[in-house]
Amino acid sequence: MKPFTYERAETVAQAAAASSRPGARLIAGGTNLLDLMKLEIETPTHLVDIGRLPLKDIAETADGGLRIGSQVANSDLAADDRVRRAYPLLAQALLAGASGQLRNRATTGGNLLQRTRCPYFYDTARPCNKRLPGSGCSALDGFNRMHAILGTSDACIAVHPSDMAVAMTALDARVETVAADGTTRSLGIPSLLRLPGDRPDLDHDLQPGEVITAVTLPPAPPGRQIYRKVRDRASYAFALVSVAAIVDAPAGRPAALRLALGGVAPRPWRATTAERLAAADGRPRNWQDVAEAALTGARGHGRNDFKLPLARRTVAAVLNEAAGTGRA
Amino acid sequence: MNQPCPEGGPSRRAVLQSSAAIGVLAATGLGPPVARAATDTGLPMPVVAPVSITVNGRARALQVDTRATLLDTLRETLGLTGTKKGCDHGQCGACTVLIDGRRANACLTLAVMHDGDEVTTIEGLGTPENLHPMQAAFIKHDGFQCGYCTPGQICSAVGMLAEHRAGWPSAATADLTAAAELSGAEIQERMSGNLCRCSAYPNIVSAIREGAEA
Repeated sequence: MKPFTYERAETVAQAAAASSRPGARLIAGGTNLLDLMKLEIETPTHLVDIGRLPLKDIAETADGGLRIGSQVANSDLAADDRVRRAYPLLAQALLAGASGQLRNRATTGGNLLQRTRCPYFYDTARPCNKRLPGSGCSALDGFNRMHAILGTSDACIAVHPSDMAVAMTALDARVETVAADGTTRSLGIPSLLRLPGDRPDLDHDLQPGEVITAVTLPPAPPGRQIYRKVRDRASYAFALVSVAAIVDAPAGRPAALRLALGGVAPRPWRATTAERLAAADGRPRNWQDVAEAALTGARGHGRNDFKLPLARRTVAAVLNEAAGTGRA
Repeated sequence: MNQPCPEGGPSRRAVLQSSAAIGVLAATGLGPPVARAATDTGLPMPVVAPVSITVNGRARALQVDTRATLLDTLRETLGLTGTKKGCDHGQCGACTVLIDGRRANACLTLAVMHDGDEVTTIEGLGTPENLHPMQAAFIKHDGFQCGYCTPGQICSAVGMLAEHRAGWPSAATADLTAAAELSGAEIQERMSGNLCRCSAYPNIVSAIREGAEA
């Protein structure tokens, strides 16, 4: 690990000012950043610790939603009674991620900004456009069974590893930030997290010094919520495919569907084409077609070709279960 | 298990440390190798910072390299080698300790981040003469083979039981709105961050079941 200086931020303004300097990085739980620093993939010269900032509250908003401080631990968020009752999708996603130890340290803001677990991003002996821009993508023709099938570019096919962010994307969460000059803004997760294009080194659209202070959930929409994660082992593994769905399918009326996929794209993938198809008034309702639409534009890269049918079938199974229209 | 070193006898660790130091000095004939390397190569110098951590009930005021993980600080600076280094990347759980009562991977956090915190390691849970109930349960149920993952398993189990008592759900909990019974499936899921290469899992689950009742 490269040497670095360290400061503990006492205020958000201090954190924003200190982290806007070149070479500075924010650290909260540190479960991802420290891992990358040990491998010298991340080499900050100054760490700004925001772990003690008073951003650990989960509060009800005026409109009946929840405002989650960015320093709320994943374990506290999953255990919160209001989350478990009104947003079970989010509790399920959080509990499907990492281990008990990691969830105790990992924060809401840090979870959103965690970096890909692409093995070539971690292997400093191999080309990787995300780690070393312009060096090439080893995954395109490599061991890419964990990689993305949607939203990729010729420069990068890495996936965003979060479960939490997939559920939050389905819930239309808003991410609140404060910049070093005091400016605040609120953005959806699809605006926060970038697709790779020709700059896969840029994971997100935050400016240097911009600090995530909270994530706000609007009131939960009506309907059944399900988060299903498919992975190589039953626990403590990243998703091959995950599905976050909120299905309101009353008999005789068009369905309202919120659908986001994880493990398949560089950011949580909101399946808007599938949502529109579900809302179209076609009866009898065919969830298989909706699942097909969720994969619009998907493309395999060889070893991850299996993700297309896996994602399609997982979406169909989740929608049938949520709507009560088929075998679970 | 838990044979204490003979009183006054040198530990294996002390012997290894002193012979390594002799090796370095003999090779260079000079002073501290770390400082020398830093000046010769133009690499940035290590940064040292003060930190006060209460470890197993004892306040410790330390000067640490900002890069030092809590794990390395416990083992190398404080000599508390009960906490084990397995993968050093948060994947195996061998380094699990309790920070302010919550289980965490000591390898994935910096010592300097824990100013004012209370850390409990396996040495703080019990002693060979006065075992913690979870330690006793692991012995009774033979919840280990080589024993390397055991301190992490035990610290994790103690932290996990506190989480369960607080009503936290897990991925194995069918009804998120109710408190979960601590079934075998629940224990397995909640302990999935602790790997056992010897695969002593069935006995680990039995031990934790008994430890939960203590």
